[in-house]
Amino acid sequence: MELSEIAEIEIDILLDAIRRRYDYDFSHYARSSLKRRINGLLIKEKLDMPYQLIPRILYDEEVFNRFLSELSVTVTEMYRDPEFFSNLIESIFPVLDTYPYFKIWHAGCATGEEAYSLAVLLKEAGLLSRAKIYATDYNNKSLDIAKQGIYSSENIALSNKGYLKAGGSHNFSDYYTEHYDAIKFNDELRNAITFAYHNLVKDGIFGEMNLIICRNVFIYFDKELQNNVLRLFNESAISKGFLCLGNKESIRFSILKDKFNTLSEANSIYRKKD
Amino acid sequence: MKLIENITADIRCIVIGVSAGGFDALDTIVTQLPLAFSLPIVIVQHRIAENDGYLAQHLNLNSATEVKDVIDKEPISSGIVYIAPPDYHLLIERGLYFSLSKDDKVNYSRPSIDVLFESAADIYRQACLGIILTGKNQDGSLGLAQIVAAGGRAIVQNPQSAKAREMPNAAIKKVPTAIILNLLEIASYLISLDTKQKSSC
Repeated sequence: MELSEIAEIEIDILLDAIRRRYDYDFSHYARSSLKRRINGLLIKEKLDMPYQLIPRILYDEEVFNRFLSELSVTVTEMYRDPEFFSNLIESIFPVLDTYPYFKIWHAGCATGEEAYSLAVLLKEAGLLSRAKIYATDYNNKSLDIAKQGIYSSENIALSNKGYLKAGGSHNFSDYYTEHYDAIKFNDELRNAITFAYHNLVKDGIFGEMNLIICRNVFIYFDKELQNNVLRLFNESAISKGFLCLGNKESIRFSILKDKFNTLSEANSIYRKKD
Repeated sequence: MKLIENITADIRCIVIGVSAGGFDALDTIVTQLPLAFSLPIVIVQHRIAENDGYLAQHLNLNSATEVKDVIDKEPISSGIVYIAPPDYHLLIERGLYFSLSKDDKVNYSRPSIDVLFESAADIYRQACLGIILTGKNQDGSLGLAQIVAAGGRAIVQNPQSAKAREMPNAAIKKVPTAIILNLLEIASYLISLDTKQKSSC
C-alpha cells in the first residue's frame, strides 16, 4: 500500500475520533481542502503525521478548539462581491417589501461582517424594521465576535468602497462609531440580527425563511453534504423563497437543482419553485 | 522501447501553472489544441480579481477546445480546459470534481499552483502531467515535485524562451528530471500524447 493511502486511513480515524468525542462530523468536507487544513494544524502543533493528532485531540479540548478554528474559515469582509449585494437590492428587496414581516437566514456567518452589510442595506431600503435576521455558525468564538459587532478599522476604506459599489446611498460611517482603531456597529443594527449556533452538518431546519444566504460555505463540503444542506435549505425556505450562494458556487451540479429557478447565474441567486 | 511505453501509465489529467507573461503563453499553447483533444487541462494563472472571466473568454473564442472558469463541484470532463477563478484556490477531489477554497494565500498567491498540483498528484498519482510556464515567483515547484514523487510526469517551459524565467528556473531546480520545452513544443507534446493514448486503447 502506498504511503498516501495509509495517510488517508489516518485521516479517516482522526475524523471518526473527533465525531465520537465532540460530535462534530467532518467526514463529508471536501477532502483535498480538509487535508490541507489538517496539514496546516500539524505544522502549528509541531507534529508530522495526522495520527499524532488523535491522542491530543481526544484528551485535550484546547487542541480540538484549535482544530475547529483551523477548519472554520473566519476570513470574511464587508460587501465582498458588491455586485451580489446590488443584485440583492434590485431583485430581492422589492419582493421582500411585499411582506408585512419577513425572515432571513444567514447560514455560516463566521464573524458576522456580511450579516451587518446586509442589515445596513435593509435599513436604507426601509425594510429593517420588518426583518428578522438569523445569522448562524458552528464556531462559537466567531459568533462572540459577531454579537459584539466590533471590527478593526484597518479595512474600513475597502468596506466603504464596497458599500458604495453595492448601492449604499448614505455614508457608511453613519452606521458605526469609531474608537481608536476599531469600529462598532450601532445598536439598531446589532439588535436586528440574532446570532445563534447552528451546525449545517447535523442541525435541523430553520423554518419559514423568505431569504437564505449561504456564501462560500459549500466550497468546503463534498457533493453529498452539499446535497443534504441544499435539502435543508429547501425545507427551510417558504414557497418562492430566495437562496443565495457564493459567486463561484452553484446548484447546477446538485441533485436538487430542479427545486430552484436561477435568477442570476453570475451572482448565484436562486428561487425556490413552490 | 515498446515495453517501456507499455509500463508508463496513461496520463489522465494535465495541470498547468503560470504567472507573469501567462496570457500569451497560454494563448500559444491552447490555441494549438484540436477540437478532438480529449484530455482535461486544468490551469492556475495568477491574476487579479478584476480580470474575472476575461482570460477564459479570450481563450475560448480563439481555440477549438472549450475553455471555462471553474465553478465549485464541477465534474472534470475530458477535452475541456479549466481555469481557476481569481481569488480562490482550486483543488481536485476524489470523485474527480473540483472544489474551491478561500483559505490563506500560498506563496502570496490565491489561486496557488502548489495547491492545485498537490491535490492533482494526490488524486491522479502517476496519471498526472504537471507543466510550469513563465512566471516571476516560485509557486508550483513544490507541487511539481509532488507530482513526480507520485509517479507523474513534469514539463517546464525552457527558461530561455520564457517572458519571466524565475518560475521555470525554480521548477527545474526542484525537479531536475523535468522535460524542458518551448511553448510550441509543449503544445505538440500534448497533442501527440493525446493521439498516442487514444490509439492505444
